[in-house]
Parts: sequence; C-alpha cells; structure tokens
Amino acid sequence: MRVGVLALQGDFGLHAKALEKCGVEAVEVRKPTELDAVDGLVIPGGESTTLLKLIDAWDFVPAIEKFHRAGKPLFGTCAGLIILAREVEGPRQFSLGLIDVTVERNAYGRQRESFEAAGVARLDGVDTRIEMFFIRAPRIRRVGPDVHVLAEHGGEPVMARYGSVLVATFHPELTDSTVIHRYFCDMVGQARIAA
Amino acid sequence: MSDLNGLRIADKKHIGLAEMLKGGVIMDVTNAEQAKIAEDAGAVSVMALERVPSDIRRDGGVARMSPVKKIKEIQKAVTIPVMAKARIGHFVEAQILESLAVDYIDESEVLTPADEHFHIDKFAFRIPFVCGCRDLGEALRRIGEGAAMIRTKGEAGSGNIVEAVRHMRAVVSGMRRLTTLSPEELMTEAKNLGAPYELLRWVAKSGKLPVPNFSAGGIATPADAALMMQLGAEAVFVGSGIFKSSDPAQRAKAIVQATTHFKDPDVLARVSEELGDAMVGIETSKLAEKDLLQTRGW
Repeated sequence: MRVGVLALQGDFGLHAKALEKCGVEAVEVRKPTELDAVDGLVIPGGESTTLLKLIDAWDFVPAIEKFHRAGKPLFGTCAGLIILAREVEGPRQFSLGLIDVTVERNAYGRQRESFEAAGVARLDGVDTRIEMFFIRAPRIRRVGPDVHVLAEHGGEPVMARYGSVLVATFHPELTDSTVIHRYFCDMVGQARIAA
Repeated sequence: MSDLNGLRIADKKHIGLAEMLKGGVIMDVTNAEQAKIAEDAGAVSVMALERVPSDIRRDGGVARMSPVKKIKEIQKAVTIPVMAKARIGHFVEAQILESLAVDYIDESEVLTPADEHFHIDKFAFRIPFVCGCRDLGEALRRIGEGAAMIRTKGEAGSGNIVEAVRHMRAVVSGMRRLTTLSPEELMTEAKNLGAPYELLRWVAKSGKLPVPNFSAGGIATPADAALMMQLGAEAVFVGSGIFKSSDPAQRAKAIVQATTHFKDPDVLARVSEELGDAMVGIETSKLAEKDLLQTRGW
C-alpha cells in the first residue's frame, strides 16, 4: 500500500515518517500525475495560502477531485483541512469542498495563542487517547449533517470524517503516537479492498 | 516544554510552527504593501524589518527593530505568520514584539547588536525565536538558549550566495562528523565546539538538528534557493533579493516554485525565464571584516 503526502509545502516530512511507522510506503507528491501511483493522500499542515498558490499553479484541483471520485481517501491536517473544507472564513478563500464543514482560519489567534492539549478520539468505536498540537489552528465552525465528529476539544469539533475524507484541526504528525495515522491507513486499506 | 537528554529546548508547539514553514519562502518586507505582494506570491511568512539588509549596508547607522506602527500595519495586511527582527541581546525589543504577538522573533545579526556578549534568554518568552549561525557550534548554542528554528547567517544584503553555502556546509558536515565519533570523544568535541554536551549527543545519534534548519543571507535567484535546499536547508529566507530586484512579484513567485521543486531542473529552468534583473551583488571576499554582518553574535 502506498500513501501519498502532498509535498508542495509544509510538514509533509513528518507525515511521511508517521506513515512509515505504520508500515506503509509514503510517497512525496509534487505533481498531479504522481497521484496515480498512490492509494490515499495526506494534505499536511503548512500555510494554506501558499499551498493554494502551488495547487493552482500545478493544476492539482481536477486531479484531487478525480482521486476523490475514485473513492481514494484523503486526510487533511490544519492547512490540509482548510483546503478540503466546504467553506473557509477569515478570510474567505477557495477550497475543494470535499467535506461539509465551515472552517475559520487562525481562529485561536497568533502563535502566542498556540497550545497543546490531551484528548480522546473515537476511532472505530473505541475511545483512544490522543495528544493534540494546535498551531495557529483553524476552528471548525459548522459541521454538515452527515459528517461524523471523531474528537472534540472544549466542546468544539477538532477531528471529523465524511466518507473517505478525514480532517483534523491539530497536528497528529507532531506527536510520537501513530494512532490517527493508523486509522487513516485502515481507511486506505479498506478503500482498496472495496475497489 | 520539551527536553533532549534532560536539556530543555524550545516548546514543541514553537518548533512545530517552524515545521509548518518547511519547503517555504520567508520574505523580508518593510511595509504593508510589500507584505501583500509577498503573500500573493506565495510566501509562507513575512519578516518585518526597518530597512532591507542591502539598504542597512548602504546607509549605515544603527539598525533597530522595525517601528511598531509598521509591524501592526503588516499584521493587518496579511494572514500568514509575521516575524520581526530584534537586535542581538536586546530583550526589551523582544518583549515589545511579544506584546505585539508577532509569530516569530529573529534575533538577528542584520540589526546592530545591543549586547556584545550575551544573546537573549529565549525561554523567557511565550513566542518562538529563530537565530542565525555560521557553524554547528553556534547553532547548538542558540538551540541551548531556546531557539526553535535555526537559519544559516550567510551574508545578508550581499546578493551573494557564497557565505550561505559556506555556513550550510559547515553545519551539515559538522553534524555528519559527530555521527562518526565514539561516545568518549563527544565531551571533548562539546568543549571544542563550545556547545551543550547533551545536544551534541542527540545530534551524534540522529544526524540532524532538533529544530528545523533554514537558510538565509544572499539568496537572490530561484537557483540560489534551490541550491540551499539541495544542500540541506528545509526552507529559505529571502531578504533584499526580492524587493531590490526589477520585478519583485515575479521573482518572489519564481523563488516559491523553486523552493518546492528544488530537485527538478526543468521546473527551475522554466521559472528562471523572464525574471528581469536580480539585485546587484557584492563580492563578499572584498568586504572588510568590520563590514561583515555574519560576525555579529558568537
């Protein structure tokens, strides 16, 4: 099984490491054609404005949409969530709209307000302890009716799934735990079997 | 707080922000208009400063933290992280930048040092610091003081990449050398480098720095940016190189592409076409010792 990590900008290297710890081959993706060779894709944390410029310059939008239509799973953390969301605020900007949530950028404030917290994610029906780093993080302001919230912090959703799309406002790749990456790898494995 | 072999280093959330900037370009700007141009070109962050390094070099005088009003204007103009420079050892400039909630403080040799002996105690702040280095020992001293990101110094405002290359090679070969030493050799090496023993042990084992390692000082072209990335930089700072060129927006965009596709010569050739003129560079070997910025700090 090969899982791609969008390597245009951001902490793609840490995601690749986490995926490899889960026993899958991680592939850095810098061009749309490289999506053909992977079964799932992680869109990492980084600067969403920069990522959007690079996504646009390389015409990644139709390629990711096609990837999604083929049932291949996507996982977006922080900036990756902003790219995948239905709607983005603060300011409004283009997004792929592959998961029905509204996201507000930098919604906790600047770096001075960044923080870490312990929490619980409901993964495959099992409550799992997770460590969360919120770095200039976005907040999920609205969740569509069919979207499953997998984790909350302070009563707000911070991790959610809609079909083959998984998103988190925090950075599991910054922690030593791989539970969330394993969960995503399972999604990719199941999608492969279904295909 | 995070620690390595019992030694405290910068908070993981601060190192984490540097992780998010990887593969990106941080651009020097002096006002809101330039900041907007940088953001539109795809910068991951902007660095607010009073004058770009080449102007500091030309005009002389004391170079200080950017005026508060300018920093606020820049923060209002963009949504990407805003960094700002403080003078080496000037912890009150750093306190003011913390109050303004800039996202990173660059304790920078580009500004006139405020203290000839001591750098800022970076653990005393709730926001992260990036510091320059010329070799591995200097990098590890700054990390030991709490820097959450390291950048090679290069020679700011020179438009000449040679010093940045020298510094990156020194850091990378210094780390490689550590990985070849036996445990009993490490304490002597720590003494020779003037660097914390615990950090040395960590680097000897992992072969890398415990915080991201970026490059700065002399990047003027997309090829310069890609060169630093191929030499081991994880992101680049571009100072005078953009706003002292003939077409800043176009050059900024090209450097962003080059930093992402640094291993792809076809992309580098394409983005290097029709760029207009680069800034005029300086032969750094002809600069007098007193005119070097990189020798500030220790």
